[in-house]
Amino acid sequence: MSTTTTEVAAVTTAPGRTGRRTVPGPLAGMAASARAELLRLRAWPAVWVMVSVWLLLNLTFTYVFNYVAYATGSTSFATEGVASDSLLAELMPSAIPQIFTGGMPMFGGAIMFILGALATGSGFGWGTWKTVLTQGPGRLAAFGGTLAAVATIVTGVVAATLAIDVAASVLIASAEGQSIVWPSLGALAESVGAGLLISGMWAAGGVLVGVLTRSPALAVGLGLVWSLVVENLLRGVGNLLSGVEYVTNVLPGTASGSLAGALGAANEPDGDGTPGVLTVLDGGPAALLTAAYLVAFVVVAAVLMRRRDVA
Amino acid sequence: MTNTIVVTDRLTKRYGERLAVSDVSLTVRSGEVYGFLGPNGAGKTTTLRMLLGLVRPTSGSATVLGHGPGEPGAVARTGALIEGPGFYPYLSGRDNLRVMARYQRVPDRAVESALQRVDLAERGDDAFKSYSLGMKQRLGVASALLGEPDLLVLDEPTNGLDPGGMADMRRLIVDLAGQGQTVMLSSHLLSEVQEICDRVGVIAGGRLLAESTVADLRGGSTLLVRADPVDQALAVAMRVAGDDAVQLLDDGLSLELGEDWAPELARALVGAGVDIREIRPSERSLEDVFFEMTGDAAGPGVGAAAPVEEER
Repeated sequence: MSTTTTEVAAVTTAPGRTGRRTVPGPLAGMAASARAELLRLRAWPAVWVMVSVWLLLNLTFTYVFNYVAYATGSTSFATEGVASDSLLAELMPSAIPQIFTGGMPMFGGAIMFILGALATGSGFGWGTWKTVLTQGPGRLAAFGGTLAAVATIVTGVVAATLAIDVAASVLIASAEGQSIVWPSLGALAESVGAGLLISGMWAAGGVLVGVLTRSPALAVGLGLVWSLVVENLLRGVGNLLSGVEYVTNVLPGTASGSLAGALGAANEPDGDGTPGVLTVLDGGPAALLTAAYLVAFVVVAAVLMRRRDVA
Repeated sequence: MTNTIVVTDRLTKRYGERLAVSDVSLTVRSGEVYGFLGPNGAGKTTTLRMLLGLVRPTSGSATVLGHGPGEPGAVARTGALIEGPGFYPYLSGRDNLRVMARYQRVPDRAVESALQRVDLAERGDDAFKSYSLGMKQRLGVASALLGEPDLLVLDEPTNGLDPGGMADMRRLIVDLAGQGQTVMLSSHLLSEVQEICDRVGVIAGGRLLAESTVADLRGGSTLLVRADPVDQALAVAMRVAGDDAVQLLDDGLSLELGEDWAPELARALVGAGVDIREIRPSERSLEDVFFEMTGDAAGPGVGAAAPVEEER
């Protein structure tokens, strides 16, 4: 280890053995940045609030309300007109691949968007980007670290969602005396992959808008108005004007909503049971389009971060 | 290792119509404390931002530690505090430094020594947002010290500190230079720069007006003479010091002569029948030089002066 140049030594020595800064290579710099970002993001109460809100929303709307409706024989706004047998079937472990992504296009997406926007946007107002970009890793490496940290959190959230879905459905199945039938691993993997894509795309959208606006408040506001209002309004207009439809069919919300819909989250006959879940596109194109948005958001954000003056 | 740490060549930054920094060519040498002196809004911070790669120059070039500004080879060996400390408000001071230590890949024990150097170890576990302005500033300096960088770029490091804190900060900077670290600091406080800097660059209105040692800038000492009658005293003084070395002031004469000349001057004046009221040596302060140089641009009270450029 003593024979190498500084560049190689920087990569191969254990980080900071000497207590002196070393010049990191791009990969080492990105790994260091990811560790640093994870340290500060996991200590941020706002992150835990967002994650908890999503997990709670998911549990409540996917399982608690429907189970209460089934158990009491009443109908709620979400379960109106659904036969009680099919209601129970949705709450079983075997139905996880179908319902897993149901809340993600709209509610989960909005929360992931906020997460991404907070992770990048607040650094401009606090002046922490300025501090971070003078630590050693290059701009792309430092920003890559933030992306990796956000991706880690999104993955953790999707995993926690799966764990909660499994626990809730097993609990309901045993309470109702139903035998536990597990879904096929392939279907489950497909669903989890779709969940990662949908959540990842919205988080990447938040990251981009946070970088664009350099303000978490503006970014969050714009993101929510977009995902909750503008897309829906456009779709409404699209029903009247055929030209607009071509545009609305390829919006991020349409892509992620169709991906969830293709997996079976759109269980209602009219196909629009869960808000945000659509059947506009088929599964394959929807997945591709969602992935394309994810990549495009990340690339544009990275280019901006690399080129722009940091005040 | 080269002797020059920072070199800039006609560095310029234009924001729309406004020329924030214009053709600044400066040199910072290894191991020195370089003072970047100028009124608020003179372009100090913008120049430092360009050296750190945070802002792209409109034209001109810079080399920092042998690399282009913003390249990892330069940034990783530079510790910086630019225009107020930027930290995560919800984290403690200690955790903020731990995050930066991760970015730099230095161990957590470096955080402890950095906190101790700026006297923040006891308050290290308090949230950054609860810190006073001075404590935030000290945490910023601690973050710059982290990882023992070769070059420290400190933008107004004594901002917000009380007199005791300012004195501590100056001592710390002198100590760092003593250890071989190069320090480039900006300030609008002339006394501060005069006290701790080896060389200074004076900037106003985006232009580097002078770059020199503090002693050279201040020039040699002068002799102040009050005597009657003034015109006779003036004639004698010009005979002794030379025609160009005498200035007529409101209440006397100023001669560009060293203290050693005082007895001879006194004899000449007495010999000519002039009544001497006072002869005393006077050293120009950096402040005098600064006002001479910046003229009306800086105006009185440099610290409170309005941003020069923005008034145009």
